[in-house]
Amino acid sequence: MSTTIQMINRRQFLKSSSGVALFIGISGMLPIAISCKNKEEVQAQLEKHPLTAWVRLSEDGQIIIYNPAAEMGQGSMTSLPVVFAEEMDADWSMVRVEFSPQEPEIYGSEGWQPGSKIMLSAGSRVTKSNYTVMRQAGAQARYVLLFTASKHWNVPLVDLNTENGFVINGKSNDKISYGALVPYLQVPSTLPDFTEEQLKNPKDFRLIGKVIPRYEIPAKVNGTAQFAGDIRLPNMLYGVLERGNLHGAKPTLQNESEILAMEGIQKIIPYDYAIGILATTLEQALSAKKQLKIDWSTSAATGFNSQEIYPAYEKIASQSKRGEEIVNIGNVEQAFRKAAKTYTADFKNDYVYHAQMEPLNSVVQVAEDLKSAEVWVGSQQGGDTKLGVPDVLGIPPEAVNVHLQYLGGGFGRRTMTDFVTECAVLAKEMAPRPVKLLWTREDDVTYGAFRPLSLQRLKASTDAQGNITGFSHCVVAENGNLATSGIHNAYYDIPNQFAEWREASHGIRLKHWRAVGHGPNKFAIECLIDDIARDQKMDPVALRRKLMVQAPRALATLEKAVEMSKWDAPIETGRAKGVAFLERSGTLSTGICELSVDRTTGKIKVHRFWSAIDAGVIVQPDNVIAQMEGGIVMGMSSVLKEQITMVDGKVQQTNFDNYP
Amino acid sequence: MATFTLDINNKKQQVEVAQGTSLLWVLREHLGLTGTKYGCGIAQCGACTIHIDGSPVRACTLSVENVVASQKITTIEGLSEKGDHPVQKAWIEAQAPQCGYCQSGQIMQAVALLESNPHPTREEIKTYMNGVLCRCGTYMRIVKAIELAADDKLANT
Repeated sequence: MSTTIQMINRRQFLKSSSGVALFIGISGMLPIAISCKNKEEVQAQLEKHPLTAWVRLSEDGQIIIYNPAAEMGQGSMTSLPVVFAEEMDADWSMVRVEFSPQEPEIYGSEGWQPGSKIMLSAGSRVTKSNYTVMRQAGAQARYVLLFTASKHWNVPLVDLNTENGFVINGKSNDKISYGALVPYLQVPSTLPDFTEEQLKNPKDFRLIGKVIPRYEIPAKVNGTAQFAGDIRLPNMLYGVLERGNLHGAKPTLQNESEILAMEGIQKIIPYDYAIGILATTLEQALSAKKQLKIDWSTSAATGFNSQEIYPAYEKIASQSKRGEEIVNIGNVEQAFRKAAKTYTADFKNDYVYHAQMEPLNSVVQVAEDLKSAEVWVGSQQGGDTKLGVPDVLGIPPEAVNVHLQYLGGGFGRRTMTDFVTECAVLAKEMAPRPVKLLWTREDDVTYGAFRPLSLQRLKASTDAQGNITGFSHCVVAENGNLATSGIHNAYYDIPNQFAEWREASHGIRLKHWRAVGHGPNKFAIECLIDDIARDQKMDPVALRRKLMVQAPRALATLEKAVEMSKWDAPIETGRAKGVAFLERSGTLSTGICELSVDRTTGKIKVHRFWSAIDAGVIVQPDNVIAQMEGGIVMGMSSVLKEQITMVDGKVQQTNFDNYP
Repeated sequence: MATFTLDINNKKQQVEVAQGTSLLWVLREHLGLTGTKYGCGIAQCGACTIHIDGSPVRACTLSVENVVASQKITTIEGLSEKGDHPVQKAWIEAQAPQCGYCQSGQIMQAVALLESNPHPTREEIKTYMNGVLCRCGTYMRIVKAIELAADDKLANT
């Protein structure tokens, strides 16, 4: 087989013939360094301690740093190791990066519950949640090297310092590279937890905040970057499922014997919502999928016509009974009663589809005794780091080994585990043969999990001076958790605010889609603010300046965007500029857009876009720019082009010929 | 099943597959050339773009029997020995990829563009690259990379 599988697990440490694995425990754990040649000892230590290996050093100076996060284009393969290397004071040119094992108790960052740990690459949390974890671990690695050098030279540790991969004795001017210290590696009996003050002073950063090329880009331009669908294993079978286009419908297969008689077909596996096919080759599986004759039951979605639903939503928004309260500050009703003027507007938002470029897929191999499994998948990880496989097989989580691969886009879709558990079901049937499950693009579209359709009904009040005194926001949608994110105007000085979610229900599969509610909610909020500015004959920037009076960081992004875009300068005839501000996961951003509209076709052309953000500590500046560029493109696409529709509950779009 | 002989990256290879099998599955699943990606299966996204005799072709809708042994197939793996084709170097310089899934197809399309038009205008770049989709939205950097490569190309060809 031509494929090499990138994995790092206990066995691989044992297989290593050179180098030292530096195991740094979580707080309080005894650190140890073991020559990888001493296989028995490595084995014994691994069995004795739940140790974490963040880094592996070799005599030749090579350093392998393990990345605990998924890499889906957001740059974790570089940003997190950069943070580690910064504190370790490593020579970045000697660093290689590999994915860590998927073991949250070891590699996880702080979870939702105090004391819990999760590995989750979603919700804009990767850099934020791992920043301190990686700094601590890197500082501990550096401490071990300093300790080793002090023993090796028999000098006090306090006389020593580090510089770009070397330990230096300031008194004697002796200098030794990290690699050269490997044969002497010793670890202290206790390893300190470093306080912020003991970590590197940010003004001394050599790597954080500097332009460093992304680690995995060369592999992504020569075709070697490995995605889960690229895995090929001996005796591997191929699985596909037909899930139909009516979410929740149950299938009855009409031509089982005909399908089983087709060349290469190994088995047909029924699911509650799908028919699965296992075949020797992918093309056989796909041919059989096309021949399936399935009767589908009705479902909760039957009868639902997405493009005719807004009158019903408007009715829900008009009911006197309030929904679930999300924000309630001051007294918005009173503000409306006392208002000099009120403004209302409805905004409608369609279902949109993730359309990550790599359709969902996974590879699973279940052991012959069904007691363990290997999983290769591009996943955003999740609360259940073993991605539902233990439940499918009825085995403990530690019996499932997840080999994380690059993700061909995530955007929230790959926080779900449907494409992994489905494959586990197939692999269990065929154990010990590995199974590759592929979702076709049609599967990925029609059985997608969309950003919910919604109605945003907004109302605002102003006083006689034109100050915004009250702001209410009602979202009608399925799934309030998804639909209401971004609804809170925490950075605007509006004394009375109210936001609520009113429920609709259509039986459609839904999921986070790039933050999810922020898109529709911020769009609605910023549009209404523009309506008010226009009516009050105020410049939209001036109005926002007033609103941001209590939020200097927000205001700074506005001022920067204004400056870059020359907001006040004359503009080409036929063009106009617009401004919007939002916050997501602590990052503040102002965008200014210059566009023109073809008055006959209504077609909008975006000519220029400026974005100013405050995202806190910037680990990789060029990557942040890339993320903003991509986010702007995806945002424009979702607003101007994208729409999933249902007729009688059935998803009407199938592939890129009709989506967007 | 039938046996087909293909000239891929200057190497003659034989595969035994059914008539009608798409060249994409032959490359990826039968020959292990997984740098070429599956995105849509209907020639709408360009993730599977390869070259046949130097012209960009979507491998997903091309049946294996429609490629003859005398035609030269080039995939991303065969574009250069060490990933150092001028377009690949420009791609790294521009830090173009994000998730990276579409980038093999983008690069193959871009190489074909520059072979036929070494100094494209920005509009020509946009028109030629239009059919290769990138959900991460790396289009700005793809344009930049092609412009970089177009400049370099003077010295390299």
